[in-house]
Amino acid sequence: MKKNPDVAIDDPTDFSAVERRLGVSRRTFLKFCTGIAASFGLGTNAAMAMAKAIADPMRPPVIWLHGQECTGPTESLLRSEQPSFEHLILDLISLDYHQTLDAGAGHRVEEIKREAMQKYKGKYLLVVEGAIPLAQNGIFCKIGGQTMMDATREAAEGAAAIVAFGSCASWGGVQSASPNPTGATGAPQFLKDKAVVTIPGCPPNPANFLGTVLYFVTYGKLPPIDEKGRPKWAYGRLIHENCYRRPHFDAGRFATQFGDEGHRQGWCLYKLGCKGPETYNNCPSLEYNNVGGGVWPIGVGHPCFGCSEQGTGFNKPMFSLAEVKTHTPPNVFPSISDRQNPTSSTIVAAAAVAGAAVGALLGATVATGKKLDGKQETGQSGDKGA
Amino acid sequence: MNHHYQALDNRPLFTPFFLTMVAIAALGVVFLSIRFVSGIGSVTNLNGGYAWGIWVVYDIVVGTALGCGGYALAVTVYLFNKGKYHPLIRPALATSLLGYGFAAFGAFVDMGRYWNAYNMFLPWQVNPHSVMLEVGLCVATYILVLVIEFSPTVLEWLRKQTGWQIQADAWRSRLDKALFFFIALGILLPTMHQSSLGSFLIAMGWKVHPLWQTLHIQPLLAVLSAFTMGFAIVIFEGSLLTTGFKRHPETHLFSGLGRIIMGLIAAFLVIRFAYLAVAGKLGALFAFDLGSLMFWIETALFAYPLVVLASPRARENGKQLLYAAVSMILAGSLYRFDAFLVTFNPGTGYSYFPALPEVIVTVSMIAAEIALFLFIVKTFPVLPREDHAAA
Amino acid sequence: MDRRNFFKASLGGAVASAAAVASTVAHARPNLEPAPEAIGMLYDATLCVGCKACVSKCKQVNGMPPVPMDGNTYADFALDLSAQTLNVIKVHSDGKGAVKDALADGFCFEKRSCMHCVDPGCVSVCPVQALTRHPKTGIVSYNSDVCIGCRTCMTGCPYNVPQYDYNNAFGKIHKCQMCNQKGVERIDQGMMTGCAEACPTGATLFGTRTALLEEAKRRMALKPGDIYHYPRGDIRKPDSYHEKAVPQYQPTVWGEKEAGGTNVMHLSAVPYDKLGMPPLGERSFASISEGVQSTLYSYLALPAIALGGFTWLVKRNTEDDKKGGAE
Repeated sequence: MKKNPDVAIDDPTDFSAVERRLGVSRRTFLKFCTGIAASFGLGTNAAMAMAKAIADPMRPPVIWLHGQECTGPTESLLRSEQPSFEHLILDLISLDYHQTLDAGAGHRVEEIKREAMQKYKGKYLLVVEGAIPLAQNGIFCKIGGQTMMDATREAAEGAAAIVAFGSCASWGGVQSASPNPTGATGAPQFLKDKAVVTIPGCPPNPANFLGTVLYFVTYGKLPPIDEKGRPKWAYGRLIHENCYRRPHFDAGRFATQFGDEGHRQGWCLYKLGCKGPETYNNCPSLEYNNVGGGVWPIGVGHPCFGCSEQGTGFNKPMFSLAEVKTHTPPNVFPSISDRQNPTSSTIVAAAAVAGAAVGALLGATVATGKKLDGKQETGQSGDKGA
Repeated sequence: MNHHYQALDNRPLFTPFFLTMVAIAALGVVFLSIRFVSGIGSVTNLNGGYAWGIWVVYDIVVGTALGCGGYALAVTVYLFNKGKYHPLIRPALATSLLGYGFAAFGAFVDMGRYWNAYNMFLPWQVNPHSVMLEVGLCVATYILVLVIEFSPTVLEWLRKQTGWQIQADAWRSRLDKALFFFIALGILLPTMHQSSLGSFLIAMGWKVHPLWQTLHIQPLLAVLSAFTMGFAIVIFEGSLLTTGFKRHPETHLFSGLGRIIMGLIAAFLVIRFAYLAVAGKLGALFAFDLGSLMFWIETALFAYPLVVLASPRARENGKQLLYAAVSMILAGSLYRFDAFLVTFNPGTGYSYFPALPEVIVTVSMIAAEIALFLFIVKTFPVLPREDHAAA
Repeated sequence: MDRRNFFKASLGGAVASAAAVASTVAHARPNLEPAPEAIGMLYDATLCVGCKACVSKCKQVNGMPPVPMDGNTYADFALDLSAQTLNVIKVHSDGKGAVKDALADGFCFEKRSCMHCVDPGCVSVCPVQALTRHPKTGIVSYNSDVCIGCRTCMTGCPYNVPQYDYNNAFGKIHKCQMCNQKGVERIDQGMMTGCAEACPTGATLFGTRTALLEEAKRRMALKPGDIYHYPRGDIRKPDSYHEKAVPQYQPTVWGEKEAGGTNVMHLSAVPYDKLGMPPLGERSFASISEGVQSTLYSYLALPAIALGGFTWLVKRNTEDDKKGGAE
């Protein structure tokens, strides 16, 4: 497998159309694809496949639903630069329905959605953003007279793939926290019979969404996911595992108060309630929104609050201690019965020598016994003579 | 002045056997030098759970018990006034001196911070509750006592050297006035520290297998078994000397010792089983694990002399007496090995088997003892005069 | 002495030894009491997250090197207490070992360090007072200047805590001295132990034995599932608290009574024997051993009497011999 991205750039495939469409040079375009592929841990072949898929004039149609939410996922996507959002919606996908971004409104737009769903049945990508309230038949969230429940179910029917974007769509988000009066539920829990990819986060990292969509565009299927529907390439590791403050955790150096010496020194925020040890996300490696300079919660000195992790964000108190999930046995701990024993390879030889010594004792005994038996007569006669 | 004992000085010292023993001893010196340069870990398999290996258990715990011949005979001869065993006492004292001397040497070698050993003799520094202190002081004092007890033998040799006769006689007469006290001390000290070797096991607590953890009667069992081992070693060594040097057998003396051994073993076994019964540990005897297996092997070895020597005919038979004595030696040694090492369990994950250099050092010390013993009997008047003994 | 006298004497010996055994049982000293201002720690295994901050802090405070594994020294691979490790976090794992503190298919952390026994076996067996229990704080400390390296402390410790440095020709015994040994003296300076200071969850809590025992009992009295504010640092003046649901604790605090009790106590949701704790009753082996020793040797009375008797007998019998012309 060729690892050098320049090799891919030398590929003779004609990308002139896409160059024109995207307004970028061929080199920049292929570099972008290689970067996306690399974030999956994929090689140059995949980058080429991605580039070819994007160059394909047939862009996959996307239906985008909004439920109970703050539109944070879309807002973060709007600020994405890898690629920029306009490139995404204008050049990579065909965004046929999006309640926030559609210029039109009202029944006309709803009609376009239905037409698109009809036309691209079994081919379109459904993105759900926001939770689905189930209490009282879902009356807490309606669009065009239709409950979010119905809209979601209807759109899910003909979808080629479903992506739940943001923590609300993934597992309910903030409104699902106790007592959850509206019965807010995530898309995977609602669409039990469908495979739903979740991109949790509050807001989620746009890169995680874009990568997943590009994978879909390229391969026509969704990337490998974990049991909670999260793409493994983005959510496979705990924040704690890649956190740049981890050495401080390992060395036992903790900030104990905001602004204390340890906090100013950039020590581990675990004691302040950082949920990095129980939250699966790639924030430490991607940071946030391409701002750079370590801009993400832990980077700016605030403990992670576990926004993407079901059961953690909005559920656990902000400053309560995280459950440290990296430290699961038996990978890093000596077991109770492990001992610091010096090992010796001379045991067999030692046993042989010890055995020989005992054998010599017994041999001498037997030999002496035999001789004594012989002497017995003379000895006894000697005694008798005395 | 004294014609009861003779040195075997008409025999060559540097026999092939003697030289072999010296060679083995020299090998031990090599490994010991490694120990003093690179630490105890470089030649042993000791670890955090097994702090004591064969250097302590064989060289000290078993070794001193094997050196109890002098003690056992002193009790018989001087406390119970059995004068007829007198001819056996000098070789027994020589063995004791060697046994204890090498135990002290072994302790020194095994001592991790030997240069601090003098602290055991500073009254303000010691811990009077410590079993180790008691053993250390008793062994150190007893070695001095053994030297004094053995000195008449050396003085007898000295007076035969030209120009020393008058001085040797003067020392001898001075020594004779005080000797009875040292003999008494030589009975008290082994009683104390041999029992304390058992007390070590009390403090080791749960790590000692239940069948060997007899708490309050540890000292009693230890001293009883040491006693029997002392008598047994006298018989063993006497038998070897008889055949090795083609001397007259001392069977008539050994058969008496055989009777004493029987009494002691019977007492040992009765006390041990009674304790196990009272402590409710009899079930462990039938657990069919390592502990119960070793216990039954031990008991069989203890019982063998008891069964064999029950017949007066066997007691008159040198071979049977020797076998019984060896069985007894093995039983007593195994009793100590089992309690301190074989069934000793400091917790899951710990294991111990001696390393090759460790075994070689111990074997070399035994070889050195044998070589020194041969040197002693061929130089000093230790063995009973032949015509006298057999007359 | 004829045969009858011989047996009489033997019988006398048997009676004497039986009496000695009986009196060692009767006179055995009781367990020692906790030192008046005993300093200790409370390790709550259910709070431990296995971060090993205590392990690295301990090594830092006590100047101990990391333990290599297969020649690698980039991290500390300590498996157990050793001459290089005074404190180590180990794990008990059952079945799949998936759920923390669960009895089946669970796992549980355990801290191994000196328990600072109330009636310490190591102190009792040490021949030269190299190991001592501080009269006020109860801290068991070590003095290498007098230690002879006999390693009896290792055999006498129920927890295998003291560790001799076998790989050093001038090795010492190594054990936790509550960060109060010469040159460190954190307790004397009013600080707490390194491990308690470093612990982010308060799993290792510092304080007086009395206060810690109260805290342990308080936790055990709570209903499992209730939220409790767990203190961190020094129980007498905690740095901070954190909230956590109370687990289902074992019914006893390890170290309240075991072998006379310890100053470092443990709490856990998993039975203590699973965590490698030894099978100990309430009576300390040190007290039994010292009872036997002090009955046999107090003021050297028994040995003196015995020596007197022996001397008399030996003198009489050797004079008999002399009369008989023997040596």
